[in-house]
Amino acid sequence: MLVKQLSVFLENTPGRLYSVTSVLPENNVKIKALMLADTADFGVLRLIVDEPEKTLRILQENGYAAKITNAIAIEVCDSPFQQMQKILKLLSEKNINVEYMYAFSGETPGTALVVFRVDDLETAMEYLKRKKMTV
Amino acid sequence: MYWNPKYECMPREEIKQLQLERLRLTLERAYYNVPHYRRIMQEIGFEPEDLKSLDDLRHLPFTSKKDLRENYPYGMFAVPLSEVVRIHSSSGTTGRPTVVGYTKHDINVWSEIMARTLTTAGVQKSDVIQNAYGYGLFTGGLGIHYGAEKIGATIIPVSGGNTKRQVMIMKDYGTTVLTCTPSCSLHIAETIEEMEILKDELKLKIGIFGAEPWSENMRREIEERLNISAIDIYGLSEIIGPGVAIECPYKNGLHVHEDHFIVEVIDPKTGEVLPPGERGELVFTSLTKEALPMIRYRTGDISRIIEEPCPCGRTSVKIGRIEGRTDDMIIIRGVNVFPSQIEHVLLEVGQTEPHYQLVIDRVGYLDVLEVQVEVSEKMFSDDVRSLEMLSKKIQNEIESTLGISVKVKLVEPKTIERSEGKAKRIIDKRNI
Repeated sequence: MLVKQLSVFLENTPGRLYSVTSVLPENNVKIKALMLADTADFGVLRLIVDEPEKTLRILQENGYAAKITNAIAIEVCDSPFQQMQKILKLLSEKNINVEYMYAFSGETPGTALVVFRVDDLETAMEYLKRKKMTV
Repeated sequence: MYWNPKYECMPREEIKQLQLERLRLTLERAYYNVPHYRRIMQEIGFEPEDLKSLDDLRHLPFTSKKDLRENYPYGMFAVPLSEVVRIHSSSGTTGRPTVVGYTKHDINVWSEIMARTLTTAGVQKSDVIQNAYGYGLFTGGLGIHYGAEKIGATIIPVSGGNTKRQVMIMKDYGTTVLTCTPSCSLHIAETIEEMEILKDELKLKIGIFGAEPWSENMRREIEERLNISAIDIYGLSEIIGPGVAIECPYKNGLHVHEDHFIVEVIDPKTGEVLPPGERGELVFTSLTKEALPMIRYRTGDISRIIEEPCPCGRTSVKIGRIEGRTDDMIIIRGVNVFPSQIEHVLLEVGQTEPHYQLVIDRVGYLDVLEVQVEVSEKMFSDDVRSLEMLSKKIQNEIESTLGISVKVKLVEPKTIERSEGKAKRIIDKRNI
């Protein structure tokens, strides 16, 4: 499944992550997953939320530089690690590069959602669908 | 369109003759009424009658802010206080304020100059001018105000600050001309976008911006975002206030009102007069002022004289855009740095108006310049590498422009302090 992921620019200083993650619940946004990439001076926070467009507006109104980016989310159950490996194998068959990925527990107990950001989203989606991955 | 074609289009020879006559009167007024001027002229054995040609002006000593401070508050006035009808002054945050005064005649002259200035910028009687320069001791507000009334335009004396109210007034009162600092105009543009007001809801067509240095790139940015023609205005209270020079719609330099001021460009180090076209410090001499005649006043502003005739038909010389100040020049590891140079790079790289700040610190014995740049919506990307590349690119471009190494730090939007007036660009933490 294609998900709309939010990316937020953060300075790499104490309190910034807390500040952005406080703003959202205050506005009734449910954060389903988050991942932080960092460099020496700044970080990029990626979020999966229930209402990405509304969340984007809230973030911008609160003075954050934020963007919506598309990513692939795949639900895996029964031995999630092997399944994830299978997806990675499929992607490498098509020579698709994984820029980053992260996982979080799914809605149904015992399942996990894996989020992939790849360089060729369209080909990846098509190929995974063809190979009958629950995308 | 001219306000006063007789003077605006006067043949060069006549202007020079007029300047010589008026300069003689100014020197006399200064010599006989201001002890400071008499003393410095006597020191070099000069008397007003010794002025034979305009070229003789260069023999006279300069006047500086320091002279005004030393003669604080009224020591430089050439008339008794009873003849002075208005006082303006600087805020004096960096020492004693500089105080300037105007006689009734001076106010009339200033109004005439401002009427001419506004007309040159394209303002007409039918315009509605929103004057967001500060009213009060600062000359910006009242200077524009009197000129606008003189040409019979509608003036809204909103003064500075409260950007949301500025935008509301602009929309509801049908403002056609905005006058403020360039950074304030971008602040207003930002607020218009935030308030989701459409460009065709506004009647704005001209902006007259000054009181702080800006760049051609910033002009493009302002013109595009506000959908207007942005005109550069120059002035300083010591000379008269706003209206010392103004761009015409050809935007290739600022016309100096030469029947009221003589402009020179000097080498700021040696004081030597530089030929037209060469960059240096602007020096002005007033020709008609009664209360506070100014002889060779050093402005600290860096520019050049443009002598080429202007297609608008005005015959005056022009000055180029102010490229910096001799005193906001930062020296880092022996290299002269102007914030405008860095601003130029940021505009080129970021393709948007930069909100930036220069932080200078001394680590050990080494001066370190950190350029903090706010990440705009346009610059931001989910990709960490492209952000790092952007930061690296800014760094490389600044380093190749300045010739010194710098550190670039991307910071979150709206974290650099916005002032409603002049932008605070430099934080110098060095204790020198």
